[in-house]
Amino acid sequence: MTITSLIDTPSELTDTTSSKTAIVLMTRVRLARNLAGNPFPGWAKAAQRNEILSACRQAVEATAPMKRCLSVAIGDLSELEKQILVERHLISRELSEAKGGAGVVINRDQAVSVMINEEDHLRIQVLRAGFQLRKAWSAINELDSALEERLDYAYSPTLGYLTACPTNLGTAMRASAMMHLPALVIANQMEKVVRAVNQLGMVVRGLFGEGSDASGSIFQISNQTTLGESEDEIIKRLGSVLSSIIEHELNARQKLLEADAGKLYDKIGRAFGILQNSHVLSSGEAMNLLSLIRLGVDLHVFPETNRAVIDRLFIEAQPGHLQHAQKGRFEPGQRDLLRAGRLRGEFAEFSRPSFTFTSDGSN
Amino acid sequence: MANPLKCDLCPKPATVHLTQIVNNKVHKVDLCEECAQAKGVTDPSGFSLADLLLKASLNPDPVAGLRCEHCGFTQADFKKHGRFGCPACYDVFQSLIEPMLDSMHKGTAHSGKVPQKALSRKTLHDRLAKLELDLTEAIKAERYEDAARCRDEISQVKQNFGPAAAH
Repeated sequence: MTITSLIDTPSELTDTTSSKTAIVLMTRVRLARNLAGNPFPGWAKAAQRNEILSACRQAVEATAPMKRCLSVAIGDLSELEKQILVERHLISRELSEAKGGAGVVINRDQAVSVMINEEDHLRIQVLRAGFQLRKAWSAINELDSALEERLDYAYSPTLGYLTACPTNLGTAMRASAMMHLPALVIANQMEKVVRAVNQLGMVVRGLFGEGSDASGSIFQISNQTTLGESEDEIIKRLGSVLSSIIEHELNARQKLLEADAGKLYDKIGRAFGILQNSHVLSSGEAMNLLSLIRLGVDLHVFPETNRAVIDRLFIEAQPGHLQHAQKGRFEPGQRDLLRAGRLRGEFAEFSRPSFTFTSDGSN
Repeated sequence: MANPLKCDLCPKPATVHLTQIVNNKVHKVDLCEECAQAKGVTDPSGFSLADLLLKASLNPDPVAGLRCEHCGFTQADFKKHGRFGCPACYDVFQSLIEPMLDSMHKGTAHSGKVPQKALSRKTLHDRLAKLELDLTEAIKAERYEDAARCRDEISQVKQNFGPAAAH
């Protein structure tokens, strides 16, 4: 399939209405794999990179999940197309900046993507909406085993899968969850959470990974270490850390409601008003407003079915998606106008907030 | 206590002492004021001791000069990039990596998935190479019975390879 049809095909991330959970937006598992006897991408010569790219592309395209897929060299994509793939978490920023001999294979519903010649020869990723670590792991495990039949992986019995960077040795697996934690942010508790999570050997990052900010109160939590533990153990440990973060977020929401429900509902109501009526919105502000509406859904201010709409808008409010929808390239200032217009349209149809759930009737 | 601690990254005396617990393991780092600033130690959200330890263990490095025969990667390259050149580098630079792994990971030995198929194919591949060598030698020494046996085994091993991995 082509990049254009892929972009317009319903995806796991933006269009799954099932299994949307209140706090975990999506789970991802990523495996790094390399071909034995070949230099890692960062050290390989251009000719070697191209050879590796075509060998990997062939092998990946032949697997069952990739029956109908987009398989493309990064050099053949436009800047805007690359940006859209980054915004959908299908390729990394690093890969989008690759000079030559890099590619990606993405399946139709965009739940599976394999980056070729990023930091490692293969970066296999499976993405699932909601909190589904085990499902994501079993899907990626199966795909990895299928690839192993066609490719000779670099592997050492003591160090596990050999990766360009020693921080990924062993399982070479990074499992992560994207979490929406607005109450912990409002209550200024995120710093404490980050510290505690770090001590448990997990890492907290912003929406778009390393170095990105946490706009929209969305954070990525993943395992830091890969050697010395099996995949199952890592997933179990991450799962329990995630569960405890969920619990903290729910407690923080409860406390905010008990302390001053009016103040919290005021934030949600104002966010709704701005989204319905504003004419200039930066992507950061849009993310933060959408985050409050999502919190509103969780607190039954808006109907449950609207959660999927917000999750779609989180992606569609990003610069690449916005420009794609408007069929053109726009300067950031123009984009802010377009974004506000787009969101006004969406929120004109949105159900009005209902604040009847306040326990003390102060509203 | 007579010797004040030196900074892990430079020769200055250390004034910042950090302890972080990662996976129930205690890691300690001693830094001078400037290195602590430079490494963002004062910013708790952006600081990972594992990264710092990685760099620290790379810096004081008198046994330079190792080079991977397979891809030409040198120890200096690793210092510069923080990544290796090829899978074989892990054998060449083993002495360099081992002390790092302990601070970087939960353990130092792999206990996860094993690529069974890739491994068994490698075993078959090695076996085939050995048999072909035996065959040539047997023919050279005019041991024709041995040669016939080798030939039979070779065709059997080749059958086991299956069509997908015929190389």
